[in-house]
Amino acid sequence: MNMILKMVFKRIALGLLTLLVISVLIFVGVEALPGDLAEAILGQNASPETVAAFRQELKLDLPAHVRYFAWLGGFLTGDLGNSLANGRPIAELIGWRFANSIFLASAAAVVSVPVSVVLGLLAALKRNTLFDKIISMSTLSTISFPEFFVAYILIALFSVKLVLFPSISSLNDHMTFVEKIYTITLPCLTLVLVVAAHMMRQTRAAIINILSSPFIEMARLKGLKQSRIIVLHAFPNALSPVINVIALNLAYLVVGVVIVEVVFVYPGLGQLLVDSVAKRDIPVVQASGLIFAATYIGVNILADVLSIISNPRLRNPR
Amino acid sequence: MKKLLEMRSIYIEGLSEEKWYPIIKGIDLTLNRGEVLGLIGESGAGKSTLGIASMAYTRMGCRIRSGSIVFDGTELTEATAEELRTLRGRRIAYVAQSAAASFNPAHRLISQYSEGPVQHGIMSAEKAAGEAKQIYRHLLLPDPEFIGYRYPHQVSGGQLQRAMVAMAMACRPDLIIFDEPTTALDVTTQIEVLAAIKRIVREYNTAAIYITHDLAVVAQIADRIMVLRHGNLIEENSCREMIVAPKEEYTRRLLSVRAFDGAKDLDRKQDEVILDVRGVTASYTGNTNVVEDIDLAIKRGRTVALVGESGSGKSSLARVVTGLLPPVKGTIVFNGNRLSGELKRRTKAQLRSMQMIYQSPDTALNPKQKISKIIGRPLQFYFGLGAREREKRVLELLEKIELSAKYYDRTPMELSGGEKQRICIARALAAKPELIICDEVTSALDQLVAEGILKLLQNLQDELKVSYLFITHDLATVKAFSDEIVVMLKGRIVEQGPKEEVLVPPHHEYTDLLLSSVPEMDPDWLENLLGRRRKEGKISTVMDS
Repeated sequence: MNMILKMVFKRIALGLLTLLVISVLIFVGVEALPGDLAEAILGQNASPETVAAFRQELKLDLPAHVRYFAWLGGFLTGDLGNSLANGRPIAELIGWRFANSIFLASAAAVVSVPVSVVLGLLAALKRNTLFDKIISMSTLSTISFPEFFVAYILIALFSVKLVLFPSISSLNDHMTFVEKIYTITLPCLTLVLVVAAHMMRQTRAAIINILSSPFIEMARLKGLKQSRIIVLHAFPNALSPVINVIALNLAYLVVGVVIVEVVFVYPGLGQLLVDSVAKRDIPVVQASGLIFAATYIGVNILADVLSIISNPRLRNPR
Repeated sequence: MKKLLEMRSIYIEGLSEEKWYPIIKGIDLTLNRGEVLGLIGESGAGKSTLGIASMAYTRMGCRIRSGSIVFDGTELTEATAEELRTLRGRRIAYVAQSAAASFNPAHRLISQYSEGPVQHGIMSAEKAAGEAKQIYRHLLLPDPEFIGYRYPHQVSGGQLQRAMVAMAMACRPDLIIFDEPTTALDVTTQIEVLAAIKRIVREYNTAAIYITHDLAVVAQIADRIMVLRHGNLIEENSCREMIVAPKEEYTRRLLSVRAFDGAKDLDRKQDEVILDVRGVTASYTGNTNVVEDIDLAIKRGRTVALVGESGSGKSSLARVVTGLLPPVKGTIVFNGNRLSGELKRRTKAQLRSMQMIYQSPDTALNPKQKISKIIGRPLQFYFGLGAREREKRVLELLEKIELSAKYYDRTPMELSGGEKQRICIARALAAKPELIICDEVTSALDQLVAEGILKLLQNLQDELKVSYLFITHDLATVKAFSDEIVVMLKGRIVEQGPKEEVLVPPHHEYTDLLLSSVPEMDPDWLENLLGRRRKEGKISTVMDS
């Protein structure tokens, strides 16, 4: 157990280090954006004095490293600063939108993970049959389409033709849970279609890889049923690669919702990020970027820890 | 006696590069109830394929083309998959070569034991667990009440192999297929497993097919032996008769392998020490020492055999000598000069004069390179030879290792295991070394092929006066090949000296255990040995370890 704790601790420390590096990258990246915020906000005709005063007020005249540490310090103490565009605290802007993004991503995960793992198991079980080929082909096609395309196809089909679900997913606090789920059906389905293929194919590949192990031959020669061999003998040993691909896709769900949120006008963090980039609202962009990065790293650490725990050799040392 | 299994004109094919080629070419096999049949042959003989075909099972890429397999009155080649499934594990069980690979790493031993009987609907999980403990006890596994609750990686190789024998017994099958069950084990462990198999098979009157390449091992357990070669049956006879009076030349050669004796002229005194290791201690982690306080000297043109079981530190010592593992303490003097412990601080000349040959030629050779390049590389690196000189020298070396010039343009993929090992020898020789470290160089080879390699090494030594540090766990090889013997146990040397002294009693206790554990070509050897050890009260140390 001690060894596991040590490894987990190491992973977390590495994750924090990565996050620090990313914070530098985000800061530098945003600095490198062309155009000037003051001019963008005040307009082309503003006098140089007004621009200078504006810059001073926002501390844009200070050297970059000073601003970086001030920003990072603020971030660590929970003060994300204020939006440049409207002066409101960023925490307030981001908070409920981030919650909305997580809600959408979780809904997609709750559907896609079990479905794709079960489909992957079934495909491995019925390898090279028609069923396997149909699953492989259909998942491959959904993975090949860009998500905005999938989104518009779904809108055309389910909102325009069949009029089953709304094409605009605007959430509000007065909705019940069921209403919320109904509202996000289409964006959720889009995300499911995009990530499920990847997870399903990885599950199938991992299981098939394990099926050539001597202990699977042993299970066959013990006269066990094929379904039992796949579920009880192959799957536990395929957990590590499966967990990793699930984590990768969960992280993608949280981070990659941007386009889907825009298509469905969903009030999430991605939507805010896109708006803020257009408005050159640098502090909001930076904060959103860092939150996305933290989520991504967090999910990956979780996956690492889970796949360590799924290894019986590490869980039960000699 | 009643027939249990009858296989008639079995043809089995394997798929290779889109073509079916024969593996088993029409063999008949009959087995009576309670009888133990030994299937022996070298790798590629088809013994495993034939053995598992008795369950109407073939590995991936193989198929049974024709023939009939009748098990207890049922024709298996016409049985449905479901009928075969209910037969496997319940009436015919399988024991694989590597228990470490054949136990599922994710489940406890006892649940893997119970799985068979429970799934076949024979008994409840509780009853199966109870019986498992009984059989564990019967097989002299330590701590039989609780060992089953461990995971496969938590028990030793020999224990795991016995746990697998127990698992095969779970449904009390009529027939067990043992597929090289002791090949991957140390000699001392092999005895435990062999004794366990013999006891359980006799006790439950189970019929068995015992597959191995080692005639001496199968002689301990089989009633009858079939010798296979290239998918054909060479000879079939009762065990005792075959050992006393083999009919076929091939069988005679298999029998005589262990008699190989590299008798050589040791009259001339040789005092020049080429490698002198003093007080060497080394460690991978810094906490535990893998080798401790090693003193070892090798004379010019002589062979020192380094003997011990897996984990005794033999290969680690080789790594220290070659500089791959810098020692914590001690000195290494080579040719009168002190060597640095670190590889990168040794001179090119020092590196050149010490070469290494590995256990597995498959992984030691780049499969994509031509033989000319493989052997030519050290010529270029150490001597800076040009293309023409290199070609001449490579051809010379090929002649030395008794391979014809046509191998010059081939790649390792086109070569057999023995030929590949010869290429490794040529590559080592190319550097004109004074010492060659041979790390289990014959362990991965068939006995007849291994014998050829040993003869070659001996001839090369006589001709070139090169010294060998010969690492092995195979005492038969040591007897035949070495001048001096060093016995290692748990990282320390327990006994060392000239071969005549070490091999003649009195031995160190551990050397004695090692020597007496090497199977002999005598069907009564195991019984006699176990009886003797029991009398001397040594049995506990062997069986409970």
